[in-house]
Amino acid sequence: MTSLPQTTEKKLGLVIDLDICVGCQACVTSCKEWNTGGYSAPLSDIDPYGADPHGSWLNRVHGYEVGEGETGRTVHFPRSCLHCETPACVTVCPTGASYKRAEDGIVLVNPDMCIGCKLCSWACPYGAREYDENHGVMKKCTLCVDRIYNTHLAAEDRVPACVRACPTGARHFGDIGDPDSAVSKLVAERGGYDLMPEMGYKPVNKYLPPRARRDSTTSTFQPAVEAPDHSGGGDLASSFFAWADKMLSR
Amino acid sequence: MHPAYSVIFFTTASGAGYGLLVWLAMASALGGFPPDWALGFIGLGLALALITAGLLSSTAHLGRPERAWRAFSQWRSSWLSREGVLAVATYIPAAILGISWVFYETTQGAVVFASVLVSVLALATVYATGMIYASLPTIRAWNQPLTVPVYMTLAMATGGVLFVFVLSLFTQLPTWAIVLPLAAVIAAYVTKRFYWQAVDESPRPLRPENATGLGHLGKVRHLEPPHAQANFVMREMGFKVARKHADKLRRLSAYLMFLVPTVCLLLLLMVSSYTAPLFALVAVIAMGGGVVIERWLFFAEAEHVSMLFYGAAAA
Repeated sequence: MTSLPQTTEKKLGLVIDLDICVGCQACVTSCKEWNTGGYSAPLSDIDPYGADPHGSWLNRVHGYEVGEGETGRTVHFPRSCLHCETPACVTVCPTGASYKRAEDGIVLVNPDMCIGCKLCSWACPYGAREYDENHGVMKKCTLCVDRIYNTHLAAEDRVPACVRACPTGARHFGDIGDPDSAVSKLVAERGGYDLMPEMGYKPVNKYLPPRARRDSTTSTFQPAVEAPDHSGGGDLASSFFAWADKMLSR
Repeated sequence: MHPAYSVIFFTTASGAGYGLLVWLAMASALGGFPPDWALGFIGLGLALALITAGLLSSTAHLGRPERAWRAFSQWRSSWLSREGVLAVATYIPAAILGISWVFYETTQGAVVFASVLVSVLALATVYATGMIYASLPTIRAWNQPLTVPVYMTLAMATGGVLFVFVLSLFTQLPTWAIVLPLAAVIAAYVTKRFYWQAVDESPRPLRPENATGLGHLGKVRHLEPPHAQANFVMREMGFKVARKHADKLRRLSAYLMFLVPTVCLLLLLMVSSYTAPLFALVAVIAMGGGVVIERWLFFAEAEHVSMLFYGAAAA
């Protein structure tokens, strides 16, 4: 059904920390693997060893250079479906294959109903939906709906594959609609933001901005112990100890 | 946006077909000409053939065309679904009109209800087709107030030129049958010119800084793409024709869609009924070529906001 639910009980989504992401692509690969071995037809991998390898992926990590010159920095930017509250990708779907779950707000594609008309991908401002050439349907991040409720998995594995795989802890999963959840507190503390809020889709996923630079110009480092004073005292013992201290400090 | 030829053929052919349907239905209902069964057969047959060929072509664009029947279900929210429902609904009064005209040579009286209904549904279908594009907030060139008027006026113009051709095969063209389609061609031209102007002047306020939300840190430059080859999103949304080519193609399509048919229609006011079909046919061919180029440009000149993530400068 492609009319949107009025409200959802939860707003499950991801919080991506752009300060910590190192662009290792582990989340990209684990997502690809989980969605290739799981519930539906494998994500396509066409001409993988040839001249034009291509296929559908649900999560992609860009690298941006932000700022210029000395103040420039590299920001690695994972991009996947933001599970928006009012996504046009759901309402434009002619078959009802694209839908938003009322119980947790996850936006999904039913691969048995999708006709692959691609209109939902045109409606998505974030490029989150890809057409799978082999399967003939549209694919997108499922928020690992087949993991998060899956009691066959150990409790710590009942998070999206990308969150589990991230080696630096740059990805967080939770109910962003619950102000007391860990992710909501993280968003409030770090000033998490929506991508392109002017589009009006009300994305649920939040991005945490890179923290302010820390380098020699902004350093507030104070030594914990005062350096020993080698300048004074003609006393032989203190001269000897000053010399010993200097040799041992090398 | 990547111009899919199946979609270009679909919107142009079925647009012309629906337009022709409206001209035939309304002109016959108003008693514009004797209800010759052959005229009905050729005219309505051509209109329905164009519509059907267009609709079948649109299914070629699908990944799973065997499930296309599912596309009728979401008319509550989806313009694409509404278009499908209206397109199929149009066949019913079209069939009634066709049977009445071809088998009973009757186009007046009770069948006028069918003529009016088929005209309304045909125009509603073209309206829905235009709304599919106009309702997408992600594509500035489509999300314009004039997108739908362009679709509708071009359907009436292409259909009008076809109407002139079909009528010229059966009877001497009355003046109204030349002047009214000419007015439709001019109306389509004016609408399209205003549309191009609106698109060229509409501001493109979004930048990669908006897309990534990192503008507060400085200028954002796409350093490392997520993949070495293009992906579906880049191929579908990233196709963009160069400005200099687009300008030339706009001019060419305007000559073919408006200048040539206008000249032909004006000449039809002067030529004999033996040569009229030839002039009308030239108008049809030119119009057809022009509208295909126009539709190709409609896709090729459109920019999608998702390309901001892939290094586009603005959207």
